[in-house]
Amino acid sequence: MADRRPAPPDMIAKLRSATPARIFLPRAGAGVTTRATLDFQLAHAEARDAVEERLDVETLSDELTSRGLTAVRVRSAARDRRSFLLRPDLGRRLDDESRERLKSFAGDYDIAFIIAEGLSARAIARHAIPLLERTLASLDRTSWKIAPIVLAEQGRVALGDDIGETLGARLVAVLIGERPGLSSPDSLGVYLTFAPRVGRTDAERNCLSNIRPQGLAYDEATRKLLYLCNEARRRQLTGVELKDEAESLASERLRAIDVARPQVETNLD
Amino acid sequence: MYGTTIRGTRYGFPDLKSLMAKAAPLRSGDCLAGIAATSAAERVAAQMALADLPLSVFLNEALVPYEKDEVTRLIIDSHDRTAFAPIASLTVGEFRDWLLSDAADEEALAALTFGLTPEMAAAVSKICRNQDLILIAAKRRVVTRFRNTLGLRGRLSSRIQPNHPTDDARGVLASAIDGLLLGNGDAVIGVNPASDSPEQCYELLRLLDELRETLNIPTQSCVLAHVTTTLQLMARQAPVDLVFQSIGGTQAANSSFGIDLALLREAHAAALALKRGTIGDNVMYFETGQGSALSANAHWHCDQQTLEARAYGVARMFDPLLINTVVGFIGPEYLFDGKQITRAALEDHFCGKLLGLPMGCDVCYTNHAEADQNDMDDLLTLLAVAGVNYVMGVPGADDVMLNYQSTSYHDVLAVRRMLDLAPAPEFAQWLSDVGLGDARGEPQALPASFAPLLERA
Repeated sequence: MADRRPAPPDMIAKLRSATPARIFLPRAGAGVTTRATLDFQLAHAEARDAVEERLDVETLSDELTSRGLTAVRVRSAARDRRSFLLRPDLGRRLDDESRERLKSFAGDYDIAFIIAEGLSARAIARHAIPLLERTLASLDRTSWKIAPIVLAEQGRVALGDDIGETLGARLVAVLIGERPGLSSPDSLGVYLTFAPRVGRTDAERNCLSNIRPQGLAYDEATRKLLYLCNEARRRQLTGVELKDEAESLASERLRAIDVARPQVETNLD
Repeated sequence: MYGTTIRGTRYGFPDLKSLMAKAAPLRSGDCLAGIAATSAAERVAAQMALADLPLSVFLNEALVPYEKDEVTRLIIDSHDRTAFAPIASLTVGEFRDWLLSDAADEEALAALTFGLTPEMAAAVSKICRNQDLILIAAKRRVVTRFRNTLGLRGRLSSRIQPNHPTDDARGVLASAIDGLLLGNGDAVIGVNPASDSPEQCYELLRLLDELRETLNIPTQSCVLAHVTTTLQLMARQAPVDLVFQSIGGTQAANSSFGIDLALLREAHAAALALKRGTIGDNVMYFETGQGSALSANAHWHCDQQTLEARAYGVARMFDPLLINTVVGFIGPEYLFDGKQITRAALEDHFCGKLLGLPMGCDVCYTNHAEADQNDMDDLLTLLAVAGVNYVMGVPGADDVMLNYQSTSYHDVLAVRRMLDLAPAPEFAQWLSDVGLGDARGEPQALPASFAPLLERA
């Protein structure tokens, strides 16, 4: 007869602390207890709600304006959530009216920031402004000519190519709500694409993922984004080649990048 | 030109691949590709036309050009005419009837394996109801071995999937221990690494190997890195039991995964040379999923289920220990809801088994699909009835690294109880030896042999 003994509670607690995974769930026979089942249902409900929520463009636009930023609103060709989910091609291009509107803002820009809800408007509502503020405040305005901030409804990552090309931007940073996980309904991603134009592939982008206080924190995300922006401009590329270098980058070099504290007013001329 | 006339209406289909696409049960990926039937009646018309087609047509008309695709060449060149002979004169519809008949017993189905092409399997699946897919697949067992015996009748195995967002060793270990205590892990203890860095993968391989050695578990481990990473690690004498790779059904799809057949052959040979299997030499682990070719723009306007079957045509040349379709992972633009996910999984399991593969399934969905855990409960039960070799055991069904939901350790226990299924025999013996019995023991009871591990975790 093998020796068996109940696991001491502190042992279980120690194991649980090692991972966010749902381990050592209390059992009810072959299943889990009511509470554990309902906890799961709640997490799924929150993730589902996050997918269905729409970007509050008014509020976001006001918040940007109050910081002295110019915001332009556009929509993708996906008219509603269902077509956004079923037709990725539509979410990757501007609708005609938006393209016309955007043309009036066309110019000679070093970088354009695009805010798109993607699959989590909640991620945008919580994390887009804090990240954008830090990044804008840290960019040297004498050498970076920044396009008006674009707010895009029903947009996917590649919508940034269409927007960047239309605006005449040499680099686009798309801040986008990532596919919600059960434990992370509000993850923000940033995709950086040099020389954006329709037809760019994901291999030609660099990505920062899981930006939220419990994941990649704002300051760290800003440092990485600034590094990637500078390197993209210096080397005139984004994508796989840049990724290899960014990953081997010594952390001291990253730490040396200054992140300006967000100010109440960010003056963009 | 193919076609049929129904009550005076003529339905025409310009070629075999459009006939196949129009005959496919509705799914969003085929709509996205613009190749799906445009009405419910057109779909059935295509199914009727397909049912009347001789199986031999698939040997004469390639869906993806032979000259331009090495997967097509592999399929055609490896076709076994002798094995095909018993069904050579049948139409697709007659083939379905034969599969349902008593003549198609386990022995007859096994003998047929290399006489069937993936396209033939896909074609017959399109005119099967879900019940047919289950009933026929349940006749065909495919048994594989490395350190234990997987796929026997009356058994259901599971992969422990102890993923962690940053590959933290303690975190992976904690999740794996939980799975073992719940009787999971006989198929494999397999981690999807968060980073494809060789160093990190090496550490994970050592961690899993030590876990297995310490507890003397008759199972195998795997770090699901890209095959090129695993090749590097094998060259450095890392403890690689199984070589993993995602594969697709066209040369272009495989190219988008950064692989070709030559690379798979090289990796297969390298893994065999390690001779780490104790009772068998099935050393490969593949994952697939409908929609991968379309998402890589590598689909040749073929329907996604046919291309999935072609991926099995690739897999079976490498005698894998494990292969599973990751059915709901790809998202709603390919499989929209629980109904489509369920149908696709049953088709995949059916085609894989007919083609001689040890099919498993990652019964899963993402949060932007119209599906929930109830759909997974249904599908898991259906697949277990159909005789699926293994499913995933993910802590609480929530993968905290890949951000999707699968089946849990507890789900595996539940289905084993419902259908009176047992783990792989060697693993069941081990569970009994260490005091976990049939894994129905006291909640959270720890065998004494686990103590040293827990100290480290």
